[in-house]
Amino acid sequence: MTDVQAIIDAIALGAVYALVAVGIGLVFGVMRLINFAYGELITAGGFTLWWLRDQPAAVAILACFAVVIALSLAMERVAFRPLRRASPATMLVATFAISFTLQSIYLLIFGPRGNPVSTLSGLQGAVNIGSLHIRWITFVSLGCGAALLLGTAFILDRTNIGLHMRAAATDFRTSRILGVRANRVIAFAFLISGFLAASVSVLLTVEDQLVTPDYGVSITILALIGVVVGGLDRLWSATLGGFAMGFATSLFGDLLPAGSRVYLPSIVFGAVILVLILRPPGLFAPSRRPVERM
Amino acid sequence: MSAGARARIDTVVEFLGPALLIVLVAVIGSFTSAAREIEFRNALVNAAIVIALYVFIGNSGVISFGHISFVAVGAFLAGVITIEGQSKQFVLPNLAPFLKHTTIGSWASLGLAAAVGAAYALIVGIPLMRLSGLPAGIATFAVLGITYNVLRYWDAIGPGPLTLSLVPETTTIWVACGGTLIAAAVAFGYQKSRAGRMLRATREDPGAARAAGIDVYRQRLLAFTLSGALAGFAGGLLVHLFGSITTDQVYLNLTFITLAMLVIGGVASLLGATLGALLVSGLNSFLSDAENGVDIGFHLKLRGGTSFVVLGIFMALVLILRPSGITGGRELRLPRRRRPVTKR
Repeated sequence: MTDVQAIIDAIALGAVYALVAVGIGLVFGVMRLINFAYGELITAGGFTLWWLRDQPAAVAILACFAVVIALSLAMERVAFRPLRRASPATMLVATFAISFTLQSIYLLIFGPRGNPVSTLSGLQGAVNIGSLHIRWITFVSLGCGAALLLGTAFILDRTNIGLHMRAAATDFRTSRILGVRANRVIAFAFLISGFLAASVSVLLTVEDQLVTPDYGVSITILALIGVVVGGLDRLWSATLGGFAMGFATSLFGDLLPAGSRVYLPSIVFGAVILVLILRPPGLFAPSRRPVERM
Repeated sequence: MSAGARARIDTVVEFLGPALLIVLVAVIGSFTSAAREIEFRNALVNAAIVIALYVFIGNSGVISFGHISFVAVGAFLAGVITIEGQSKQFVLPNLAPFLKHTTIGSWASLGLAAAVGAAYALIVGIPLMRLSGLPAGIATFAVLGITYNVLRYWDAIGPGPLTLSLVPETTTIWVACGGTLIAAAVAFGYQKSRAGRMLRATREDPGAARAAGIDVYRQRLLAFTLSGALAGFAGGLLVHLFGSITTDQVYLNLTFITLAMLVIGGVASLLGATLGALLVSGLNSFLSDAENGVDIGFHLKLRGGTSFVVLGIFMALVLILRPSGITGGRELRLPRRRRPVTKR
């Protein structure tokens, strides 16, 4: 039954990655911007949880959402808004610069060794179903992941601002002519994106408790790769790509023999290259669509 | 003055921009103390790496996150192959036999680093140069991830997770200067060549370039291989600069910082690549020094750790204020008198 166990764990991690993928994909949709500094939002959430470790969990979590959303909106206002007309390479490198700056600030304030977060460590406990040993966090990740994805889908599908976002993602210029307010739509995308990042902070710190200045970097890079592999042009293919990345990382990590486990990144990256060569628009993207130029 | 002579002068001036910058940094560096000099040498080696990036990214307009792989491969090979035989047995016990029993000089190792960089770039480029845009960026990033992962855990080809040390420190300030000048000359020669111009045409408009009979894939592959060679060469300079190297030194941080240097200087010109690298390296050294206190008219002492914050904010600010880089992607030109329009 260990294989079933591995698959359940993989689905739970996939759900968290999918949240990161949606956060990145939403902003890409309206702005054509890949935000490498997304990981620093997750890290900021982690540090906030640590900062308020003596407060009740609800207070810490609320503060975590407030800080991360504020930081996300501030990033947009201060750095990305002036760069909206810049070339994609410039925007991308600007997000590196912001990521680098924030990491240096975290290092300055919190030091390199990392701070343990135990806000929801109770979720580490497990239930036994038959021979399966499932931790509460697995259920919570799955539940929250599903609820947040459905919530995002609802906003995009059923509300006015969601309609504007989808219009802006399809054709930014035309949608502006038709009365979509660019600043509002983009700020709203950053707001949802920040909300999702805060959720990821809360979920991820249960699993991986030590928050270091580069805490959010690796999940962001992997989810970002997943987004491109899945297909950036549509949010659902990007989300599936992110999910697949988390799922594959977790599953291969569990199933590979111990000796070759250190080469896991090579296997995952090799698969990524293979997919991109065979299907450049993305694994889940409808075929025969032009590829984004850069 | 004939138009041909003027064009030749323009070409010389264009190359003089980056070349003089490189020589200037080397000359200033040679007058400083030994401790300070290594920062100048490091700045020059950074410039060589950024010039290698520029040959592909600047001319093709396709972003690559994978070039530090070629730097890494060049650095580790040039390092492993130049460690003296006796010490090699001791520091690298698991090394594959052909690496264990071969030792060559530093000069030859630079050539070898360039060759292996080119070969690796060619092998990687054959499948990947069909991609453009973000898929190209992510695929090259995946190459970087694999290179890092394999170098870190396969101790038959290098030190694995340990530090590769006892490498001869032969990158003096003049070697760094000469090496970077060679890289700049190669980059300049390429961008003025027929192939270079064809690739720059594909950057401006791939469709039109294709219609004019340019094989986009072929030109990109050529530039990728050439820039792989330069990156491997720069890696060789890097390992002989410090005398030691770890896999973490040639991974994400170096990738991001060198890309930032390129974009800050101006991605579309050799002058931009050189200026960006030297400027950011210089600022980085200055700020690190300022953490220990420096005198610049007044005494400046930064709190430990603030130098990176300042550097990051500086990079973000330059990009926000000048999105096409400090040089705006232009080479050096002589100011020219505007000739009056003659009526016919």
